[in-house]
Amino acid sequence: MSPVLSGVLQLLALIAALALSYRPLGDFMAGVYSSGKHLRAEKLIYRTIGADPDAGMRWPAYLRGVLAFSAVGVLFLYLLQRIQGVLPDSLSLGFTAISPDQAFNTAASFVANTNWQSYSGEQAMGHAVQTLGLAVQNFVSAAVGMAVAVALVRGFARSRTGELGNFWADLVRGTVRILLPLSVVGAVVLVACGAIQNFSGIHEIGQLAGGTQQVNGGAVASQEVIKELGTNGGGYFNANSAHPFENPDAFSNLFEIFLILVIPFALTRTFGKLVGNVKQGYAILAAMGVIWLGFTALMMWTEYAHHGPALQAAGGAMEGKEQRFGVGASAIFATTTTLTSTGAVDSFHSSYTGLGGGITLLSMMLGEIAPGGVGSGLYGMLVMAIIAVFIAGLMVGRTPEYLGKKIGTREIKLAACYILITPTLVLGFTALSMALSGPPESILNVKGNSVDGSGAHGFSEVLYAFTSGANNNGSAFAGLNANTPWYNTTIGLAMLLGRFLPMVFVLALAGSLAEQTPVPETAGTLRTEKPLFAGLLVGAILIITGLTYFPALALGPMAEGLS
Amino acid sequence: MNNSVRSTARLVGAGLRALLVLTVVCGVIYPLVVTGIAQAAFHGKANGSEVTVDGKSVGSERLGQSYTLDKKDKDGNPLPDPKFFQPRPSAAGPNAENTRYKLIVSGASNLAADSKTLLDAVKQRRADAAAFNHVEPSAVPVDALTASASGLDPDISPAYARLQAKRVAEANGLPADKVEKLVEDHVDGRVLGFMGEERVNVLKLNIALRELAGTGGKQ
Repeated sequence: MSPVLSGVLQLLALIAALALSYRPLGDFMAGVYSSGKHLRAEKLIYRTIGADPDAGMRWPAYLRGVLAFSAVGVLFLYLLQRIQGVLPDSLSLGFTAISPDQAFNTAASFVANTNWQSYSGEQAMGHAVQTLGLAVQNFVSAAVGMAVAVALVRGFARSRTGELGNFWADLVRGTVRILLPLSVVGAVVLVACGAIQNFSGIHEIGQLAGGTQQVNGGAVASQEVIKELGTNGGGYFNANSAHPFENPDAFSNLFEIFLILVIPFALTRTFGKLVGNVKQGYAILAAMGVIWLGFTALMMWTEYAHHGPALQAAGGAMEGKEQRFGVGASAIFATTTTLTSTGAVDSFHSSYTGLGGGITLLSMMLGEIAPGGVGSGLYGMLVMAIIAVFIAGLMVGRTPEYLGKKIGTREIKLAACYILITPTLVLGFTALSMALSGPPESILNVKGNSVDGSGAHGFSEVLYAFTSGANNNGSAFAGLNANTPWYNTTIGLAMLLGRFLPMVFVLALAGSLAEQTPVPETAGTLRTEKPLFAGLLVGAILIITGLTYFPALALGPMAEGLS
Repeated sequence: MNNSVRSTARLVGAGLRALLVLTVVCGVIYPLVVTGIAQAAFHGKANGSEVTVDGKSVGSERLGQSYTLDKKDKDGNPLPDPKFFQPRPSAAGPNAENTRYKLIVSGASNLAADSKTLLDAVKQRRADAAAFNHVEPSAVPVDALTASASGLDPDISPAYARLQAKRVAEANGLPADKVEKLVEDHVDGRVLGFMGEERVNVLKLNIALRELAGTGGKQ
């Protein structure tokens, strides 16, 4: 079997698995977020929190819950890293406290569902920080994203009320009913493939030719599964999902790709169910699916073609890729991780072809909405849908409406603010980092070291870092030495602002929609469940985000790929 | 003013309690339950798939290791041992920050496709591998020329294993056809016939090779 055929078959198997899980998981999640019953364990949790799970919240209250919970999360994770040096060795593995700037960066990163890592897992973080800190945020930051998405959906589904549901109930249900059970099953599958799951310390094992090798123990499988399922991406080890203990074989690799995609895609079904028309969900799904599949096909093509002087000399794009995965599966992983807000990697994007690196960048720049992070993908796509109906409305000169709600001045202002935040952060911070004298010194692939002397890849490293941070992805062109006070601080800020400012606008939008009286559908209403609309949506996404970033992309990956 | 301070404090208190209770659920109960299941059902795998020969640990089936001589080249890198099958090039580095453990840090080179450093490295690896294995430079496959993603890649391509068979046989004083057969016996196909790539686990192959050498090739 040729490698290309194997790559295509893996893609088809993945699509089949996603299709099979779409309805059951989507319906199940719709049930979770609309059920009136509480599990006994949940009641216990609500009592501990001191919250009434049945109390409806208006959008400012919902937002305050999100922000308070996340702020506490940042502080807790920061302190946990700062006290690592005084913890007993069994909990710290003997590692010292993390420096203040790196601890801030890491805390912001994991609470913002980004999981950008300026540290190497196996040489910095002990069991306590990994399991009690990082892994917990893998769960709850994902649950927060899903909660905000569900709040926006309720904004469409509800009328003449300001209430969007209860944040604490949505947070706890997402964690306890959706993420936890799937994680237990997934973790056992990964261990069966060969991922490790223990609490032993760093220990020596023998080598065949003599000498010893030192390896880490750790609760790896349990963290790996939620890292993918919650579109987090922070690796236990420096090599992330390329490390054999995190991703032992080709099956676990495809399984991890499946875990990344399954919730974001299925949430479109949940959306359709909750607004009372599953076809509306299919239209969103179609737009997401077309972009994901198109980008993946393009990525596989460019990686198999292996353009670039060094890759041509080697005869294939295997630099930074593992033999057990090969080029095809690595390419699927790369587009999947950047089109969602995951950022886990099974191969290193910096060594991809110029065009391949450009695809990973553009994937993130689209706002990670195809299918996007858990929750954040759906609300990002719904904001783009509002922009798309607005554009359609302008064409025919009619007040746009979506799902029976008028898209008026207030709604379109909020949507516009939403889509302006990330580009501002990405381009602003990148420009600053290139203009100052210190930050460019972190670049690995410097100007003098590229075959044509362009240094385009070095610029891409910085652009990638802020694109990844502000879009809450977390992957990197990892040659950049980001563990400096400048990058730790600025990327930390980009991650927090890129996560929580959009949530402010999403929740405000949800509140405004929920207060409206629905307008009846007429012959002039744009049918947003039809293929025409899905096509319009894809076009709007590509044009708006593509044009925003075109100059930056031209300076980086396009210059590298075309030279 | 007082009111808003009090309500903020109440909210932050609720957030803290929520975080703590979810930390107990997701950060203590969940990993312990998974560890319990993993240790009971997949003891060897959950602990790193360690391989022992005659009761002695020789490494993990999942992790690559080096097979080198005590002698070093002019750059101070240990020379490869011709008696063993060699793994892929590795960009994993020694531990730089926490000196308490001389731990291997996994990772890739992150060099760009248009990097001179990478281009030179590929050319050098091609020349070295060709000379070491007494083959034409054009015969060296791509996985022998590129550093893996983890730096701990346990596998090589069947092509690279076949390329090394003759040199390995000579160095061990074994008949070439025996070693070639050993390689074929150790080719792992794609998972379920289509996932990933064909590969040869270097540690398993080398263990079998040493057994074969121990019996003088009579197996």
